[in-house]
Amino acid sequence: MAEKLIFYILAVITLWASVMVITRKNPVHSVLFLVLAFVTSAGLWVLLEAEFLGIVLILVYVGAVMVLFLFVVMMLDIDLATIRAGFVQNLPLAGLIAAIMAVEILLIVGPGNFGLDAFPKPEPLGAEVSNTRELGLLLYSVYIYPVEIAAVILLLAIVAAIRLTLRRRPDTKFIDPAQQVRVRKGPDRVRLVKMAAEDVAPVVDKGDAQ
Amino acid sequence: MIELWNALPVLIQILLKITAIILPLLGLVAYYTYAERKVIGYMQVRIGPNRVGWRGLLQPIADAVKLLMKEIVIPTKADKTLFLLAPMIAIAPALAVWAVFPFDEGLVLADINAGLLYVLALSSLGVYGIIIAGWASNSKYALLGAMRSAAQMVAYEIAMGFALVGVLVAAGSLNLGDIVAAQEGNLLTWFWLPLLPLFGVYLISGVAETNRAPFDVAEGESEIVAGFHVEYSGMAFAVFFLAEYANMVLISALTALLFLGGWLSPLPAAWTEGSWLLSDGFHWLLAKTFFFMFLFLWLRATFPRYRYDQIMRLGWKVFIPITIVWILVVALAVVYRLPPWWSA
Repeated sequence: MAEKLIFYILAVITLWASVMVITRKNPVHSVLFLVLAFVTSAGLWVLLEAEFLGIVLILVYVGAVMVLFLFVVMMLDIDLATIRAGFVQNLPLAGLIAAIMAVEILLIVGPGNFGLDAFPKPEPLGAEVSNTRELGLLLYSVYIYPVEIAAVILLLAIVAAIRLTLRRRPDTKFIDPAQQVRVRKGPDRVRLVKMAAEDVAPVVDKGDAQ
Repeated sequence: MIELWNALPVLIQILLKITAIILPLLGLVAYYTYAERKVIGYMQVRIGPNRVGWRGLLQPIADAVKLLMKEIVIPTKADKTLFLLAPMIAIAPALAVWAVFPFDEGLVLADINAGLLYVLALSSLGVYGIIIAGWASNSKYALLGAMRSAAQMVAYEIAMGFALVGVLVAAGSLNLGDIVAAQEGNLLTWFWLPLLPLFGVYLISGVAETNRAPFDVAEGESEIVAGFHVEYSGMAFAVFFLAEYANMVLISALTALLFLGGWLSPLPAAWTEGSWLLSDGFHWLLAKTFFFMFLFLWLRATFPRYRYDQIMRLGWKVFIPITIVWILVVALAVVYRLPPWWSA
């Protein structure tokens, strides 16, 4: 009973937050609602006894990806008037495409795919079963090739993104911090010199100075 | 007494347990600020606060009352909802992490299997408070502080996460209680020795994650006045302050738990027979935590602030490679059952 109640609370918040993501005018608010949707979906996964996936969703998406997203969105100078211009004249065509897509989605994953007949309620496992361990065993034995291939594709994406955006700019006054922190006080910055005392400064007759 | 406890509904029991964790924690945080002023005072040959109460012992309470009485000023063009939400987002994860923290053998609010992962996930949420505060204030200094802290915390979180992967490989479990149990033995079987590089990386990343000196570029009071909380006053400011100190306590306690054997006693079992003070117990965890809490203050009194590009270099180019290499070393040591740590 309590489980059902928690499910409905989380589900309602998830749906509400998702709608807010696409309807808010301010993109920063949209990103924050997306974060809320992620957090409540993580809660739904924990309800399904997939606590590893739920926590990783928070760790990876909320803790890292969305922070960077927020970082970028806060830097954008968005003029809402230009974005919203032409909303009315584009509406019929956009609405038609949206309706076609909605019908397509319904045909592929229609209501027949859901419900207790399609997915019977799984037996709840005991507290001693660690699903982190189960998932790890599956990922690194049965699904080892998909995992490895996905990892290589992600690595490729990282390398490609860096290669595309990295430009050497000769005009920047860049200082290499690695070289800087290697500077030592002794030989590089301060030099102690041993020298004999110099003669006393000669006394100048003040009367002539002018 | 026990019958009375059992008669209570489960929800009330949990709430009472949460209170029993949070209240001492907030007291500790309050007196940590006092300790900081005293310790740094003595390090700089000053006396520190000594006016309110005996030797200034009531100073934190006077400060709390002062902050409560102050007006919360909201800037005109600020995003009001987010401006007020930000301090709460900052402090909530810092307190929620304690739910899975074991204080002694079996003495834990929620003994979950993926405890370490939960700690990592929740501590990665703390950055939202800072970013939202910086953006909602509608102030250039606040935004600069938020930007700096976002980049810094994302960078050091990776090093910190990898250090924890090393702990997880060494202990063979994500459960915090099991991790302490895996360090059972003596001073030399605790994880600080086989995981020495990870221990160092974790501790320094912890200082960076809490935005403390020498990594306090998010505040940078001499460069960007006070960074992300420049527009905050009164209780809203105090909550950020509490969150920062609660995070310091948390990092100290976690370091003690993961690398220094938590509540395990450093003395061999033969010596500690029949003495509660010398044998394993909560007081050892407390002593180890206090040591790291002192270290935070010591670091602040010793080092000047790091420059931003050097912080990034340390995080990405030094710490992350070190942790990756050492995870490999630990993994090999575990597979080949290197004595004395993994011989069993």
